[in-house]
This record gives sequence, C-alpha cells and structure tokens, in this order.
Amino acid sequence: NAEYFFFKQWYQRRVRGAFWQQVRCLSTYGKLTDHILSSIGDIVGPHNVTTSESARNLHGTDESFHPTQAPDAVVTPLNTAHVSEIMRLCHLERIPVIPFGTGTGFEGGVGAMYGGLSLALHKMTEIVEVNSCDFDATVRAGVTRHQLNDWIRADGLHFPIDPGAGASVCGMCSTSASGTNAVRYGTMRENVLNLEVVLADGTVLHTAGEGRRPKKTSAGYNLTNLFVGSEGTLGVITQATVRLHGIPEATAAAISSFESIQNAVDAVVEILQCGLPMARIEFLNSDMIAACNGFSGLDLTEAPTLFLEFIGSPAGVEEQAMLAEELCVGNGGENFAWATEHSEREKLWKARHNCWYAVKAQHPGKHAYSTDVVVPISHLPDTIVHCHELAADMDVPLPIVGHVGDGNFHCFLLSDQGCPEEVIKIKDFSRALALRAQSVGGSCTGEHGIGLGKRELLIKEVGPGAMSTMILLKKSLDPKLIMNPGKVIALDHLE
Amino acid sequence: MSGLRVLVGCKRVIDYAVKIRVRPDHLGVVTDGVKHSMNPFDENAVEEAVRMKQKKVAKEIIVASCGPTQSQETIRTALAMGADRGIHVELAKGEEDLQPLAVAKVFAKLVEKEKPDLVILGKQAIDDDSNQTTQLLAGLLDWPQGTMASVLEHSDGVLKITREIDGGLEDISVKLPAVVSADLRLNEPRYATLPNIMKAKKKKIEKMSVADIGVDVTPRLKVQNVVDPPVREAGDKVPDVSVLIEKMKEKGHLK
Repeated sequence: NAEYFFFKQWYQRRVRGAFWQQVRCLSTYGKLTDHILSSIGDIVGPHNVTTSESARNLHGTDESFHPTQAPDAVVTPLNTAHVSEIMRLCHLERIPVIPFGTGTGFEGGVGAMYGGLSLALHKMTEIVEVNSCDFDATVRAGVTRHQLNDWIRADGLHFPIDPGAGASVCGMCSTSASGTNAVRYGTMRENVLNLEVVLADGTVLHTAGEGRRPKKTSAGYNLTNLFVGSEGTLGVITQATVRLHGIPEATAAAISSFESIQNAVDAVVEILQCGLPMARIEFLNSDMIAACNGFSGLDLTEAPTLFLEFIGSPAGVEEQAMLAEELCVGNGGENFAWATEHSEREKLWKARHNCWYAVKAQHPGKHAYSTDVVVPISHLPDTIVHCHELAADMDVPLPIVGHVGDGNFHCFLLSDQGCPEEVIKIKDFSRALALRAQSVGGSCTGEHGIGLGKRELLIKEVGPGAMSTMILLKKSLDPKLIMNPGKVIALDHLE
Repeated sequence: MSGLRVLVGCKRVIDYAVKIRVRPDHLGVVTDGVKHSMNPFDENAVEEAVRMKQKKVAKEIIVASCGPTQSQETIRTALAMGADRGIHVELAKGEEDLQPLAVAKVFAKLVEKEKPDLVILGKQAIDDDSNQTTQLLAGLLDWPQGTMASVLEHSDGVLKITREIDGGLEDISVKLPAVVSADLRLNEPRYATLPNIMKAKKKKIEKMSVADIGVDVTPRLKVQNVVDPPVREAGDKVPDVSVLIEKMKEKGHLK
C-alpha cells in the first residue's frame, strides 16, 4: 500500500543511503570487457565500435545542465538485426545500454550513470516509405525531422512537430517531444502510428503490427504510446511511422503587447474559446523581450507579448487575424501588427525565433538552462507571478517563453558551470517551479521528459498507484534493468 | 509592356540529400530507384518567375524540361509553384545523355516557338555542375545574358541584375529579350502546397520529342571514368609541437 511504499523508500534512503544503493547496483552490472566488445565488433564491424575518449564524451552529453557521463564504449549499429543481437548479448552479460539519437535532449537522458554502452543510431538513416495519399511516413532511427521534411517537401507535406533542435524522429518518440505548433498538431503522442522496438532481451516488436499504418485502431493494448515518452528505458526505438500534414496554403503572423500577463492570457483563452484554429500562440515576458531587443536590435515594447500564427486559405488567415486583433484589443492589447508575406512574418517573429540565443548572449560563456512545466491555462498568470517570486533572491532577469496555447512555458536561466552555488540555485528554482505546477493540476514536464533530474517529481506527480504500475511495467520489460538505467525511475525504486 | 512572357527551364536530378553511389562500370552514378527532384537552382528560377507574375511584371510562365518520362513530375512541381503551363521534351532511348549544348539547342527552338521575353534557367545542375546551358543558349539566340543572378529587377524592357562573381557582386543592365541564370540567393523558393498540387494536375503539359523539334542532340563529350574520392584516412595524434614538426618534415610539408 501507498504508505508502506513511501516508508520503505525513506527507510532505504535514510539507513542504507543512496550511495550504497549505487555501489550495489554498479557491482551487479556486467563489465564491458574487450571480449564482449570484440563480439559486438563481429556483429556491426570493428569500425563501428569505439572506446575513444572523444566519442564517449560526445555520447554522454546532451543539451541539459547535467555534466557529461561518458559510456564505456560507443557502438553504431546499421540495422535492426544488429540492435537485436547487441541487446541479446548485453542482456546476457547485464551491460547497461543507452540508445542515442542526436544528443539534443534537455534532461540528461543520455548520461551513462552506470557505465555500459551508448547505442549510436545515427547510421540508420533510411526513410523507408512515404505514403503521401495516406499522410504517413516510416523512418529509421537515424532520420532527423529536418531530413524527413526535406524528403517530402515536393509532395506538399510536412512533419510539423518542431522542438527547437534538429532532433531525430525516433528520439522525439522517446521523449514524447512537442513544439510550438502543438496547439494545432498535437505532440508526438498524437502523431505516431507504429513503432518498431527492440526490447532488452533482443525481441523485436511492432507496436501496431509490422507494416501497419491505420489512422486509428482499437486493436489490443496501446503499445505505441507506451514506448512514446519512455526515454529509452523500455526498449530501443529503431523505426517510427508518423503522421504527416499538409503544408499550409497561407500563413499569417501577428504580434501584440499587453499591460499585464493576465491580460495576455485572457486574450489567449478568448481566442481559443472562439475556436480560432491557431497554428502557434507564443508568449514572451518583458525580460525576454528586453533580451531579444538587445540581441536582434529590435525596439519592441518591453511588456508581456503574444506571438500568433494562423494557417489556412489566404482569405481564411486574414479573417482569423482580424478576429484575433479584435480579441487582443478587447483585452488591452497594444501595438497589434500582422503580416502574410514571408519576410514580413519573419520580422514580426524575429524575437521569438532568436530568444534562446538572445538570452545566452546576455552572458557569453555561461550555460543556459531551460525549465519546462505545464499548467492549466487558467493558472498561467499566477504560476508566472510565482516564478518571479522564486527568482527574487537570484537577482537575475527571468526571461520566459511559453507555448501558451498548451499552458507550457520555459524560464531560461544562465549559470556558470564552474560555480556550484549558481547551479544549485537553478536546480532549486526548477524543482520549486515544478512542485508549484503540480499543485495547480499541471505537470513537472511539458515536453522535455523526466530524464535524470525529475525522477522524484514523477513519483509525486503520478502518485503511488500509477508509480507502482510503471515500476511493474519496467521490471517486466527490462528485468535486468539494462535499458538506460537511472532514468525516469531511479534504480533504488526498482531493486 | 503589358507583361512579360517568361520561359523557365528545369531539370530532374538526383535529390541533393541522397548519398551518391558510383556505378560498378564506373561510367556514371546509380540512378535506378534513387530519389530525384527538381534541381535546386531551377527552384530559384521558377520562384523568381512566379514572383514576377505576382508583381504583375510577368503575364505568363511556361516551364520546360528535357528528360525522361518522369520529368513530368518535375514540371508538375513547377506548375504547383505557380507556372501556367508546361512543355516536356521527352527523350527517347539513346538520347538520355543530353549535354548542355544539346539542351541549349532544344531551348533555342522552344524560344523560336513560344517567343518569350525572358528565359530563366538555374545556373547549373547539381549532377553535372556544367554551368553552360544559359551561356550557350544566349550565344545561339544572340541574346544578352545575366548569369549567377542574385537580384533581378525589371523596368521598361531593361533588366537590372546583380551577379554573384568570384570577386564579389557585379551589377549589370541587360535589354530584353535576355537569358538569365538563377543563383541560390536570388530568392527562397516556396513549397508546393496540396491545394496547388491539385490545381497543377489540371494545367496543360505539351509533350514533344527531340525529333519533333528537329535538333541534333548527339553528345560531344564522352565520360571515360567515374570514381569515388579516396577514402579519408584516420589522423595521427601527436603529443607535442616538436613531434608535429618532425612528422611534417618527414612528409615533406616542411623543409
């Protein structure tokens, strides 16, 4: 029962200590010996196995603030059969395996906490098939979203999910990624039709059946969405079949500043309630606008600002922009400007596009960190106000960018990696913010995933019933705990 | 002028993102089953023509391509971007090795037939990188040329062109009718959208053969050998500068 569960955790931590847990785990994992590496070399070819320091460091690093945790070796398979054989071997020898896509994750998902090997999937670059009439495409693990979009551009189609980075499609499945147009197209959860997955013991499965791509189905358990968001802890995603969408016929962009965050959010709520089929609604707070003004040489009013995008027919987008203007102005919106022509739209959205770099430019050399929480839209104003309260003692500007259509927002914080107090302050801020988001019915992560830093928050968020179910699933699918150990669920909850 | 008639040329080539493989007979690259698309510089050419039409500078855009049956798809893409009608010069068996001089001769005949005020081509095709057709065509027609255009402005029968050249940028003025070749920075080509792709299916594509046009397309150049560049060897890591200098002397890079 729940109480016993939490008591056990407390007892183990207090009495045994996390350190001893880690030592015990380390000693039970197999060692990646030269013999095993040579067997793997026989599978993928010796030039696709490396223990060079630079390769290992590269594959133990992502875009998060977590320090590099290099694996013991980097292995580059060329196809699913390779992955299956490698997993079979690693399962036998109990070697941790960390699938690696593009290393663009934000939550430390690629760090080799317990050693083992990084499975670099970038050579599996085949775009298996594109069915333009059916709006679906099947890609292997190494294909990035940019490569896919390039491939299908002549068909008038695109894969619209746009996390900031040039992530791999299967990596996006792994973290259930989303982007600025989730308000229109949804996240990966809504856009994956089928996955080919290799389990910890080498079993190859197709979550919706091999070669199948039904738009909807009621057949059996939803394995596809079990693996979407599993962050490499349940299996290796080697292939994904995703939904494609038509490239918009016309696009219009608009911008409006507001006196207060509340006014901006009220405008968003009204826009959504009017049923306007928004493509993007982004929010930048005053601190962010200030950073962008400085970086891009703009002179936007330093006030909470909405960036809107409409798609549809040329007549349709004009209609939408007019209605949005009415709603913004009705909520105290000022300086409403909109455009349809490409270069004009780019100008209007320049601040939003450059905001990550704008913040980094404020302190060159410092590491930039992005928080990631979601709250119900009605709680956005009070949550953002709370952010400012939390940041008060950090004495730094607090630039915020939000996908307000989903209630998902990011605070960008800078830290000197060599200054541990700064890093701790940021971690504390991030944790406090996540707890606040959870307290208003939101989530500790909107799009970046749990990774390493939010494992305890996950327990709090889903509760003991769901947590014990997740643990059950993890232990059934990966009984030897070799799939990306330490991520999503800490090892001491599994042993 | 009530609006220019523009003839745009486009070529179906192996997609730029594809990893090229040399044929076993070393006389070319593998094209069977490989993804093809419109030559990127031709996209710039089509886009420029479409923008001229949107600005009401051009009144009609004809897009032409010389190639196998599948070149029709390339023409359809151009039609979806906004061209009005297409001409497909379909190559027969034995005519596949179509070289720039032959293409220029074909286009010279098309110019005779369609009487455009302006011909825009992509500056070079990414499969052969010849960068010759525009120049040869201008020569055959005895028309002025503006190659590697990155800016194109029209006023009263005169084109102001900014050319990208090795030394920088060159501004020239050219009287119509003229032949122009598009460079990458001329514009950002639009994507064909689904509604426009549907509309393009109804636009006319006139088909003709080389024989119909009456042009001798015999190749004048023969490819003798195609090989991969040498495989890159692993580098050598040296512990300090003195060893580096020693190695450089060994390899004859330093005296």
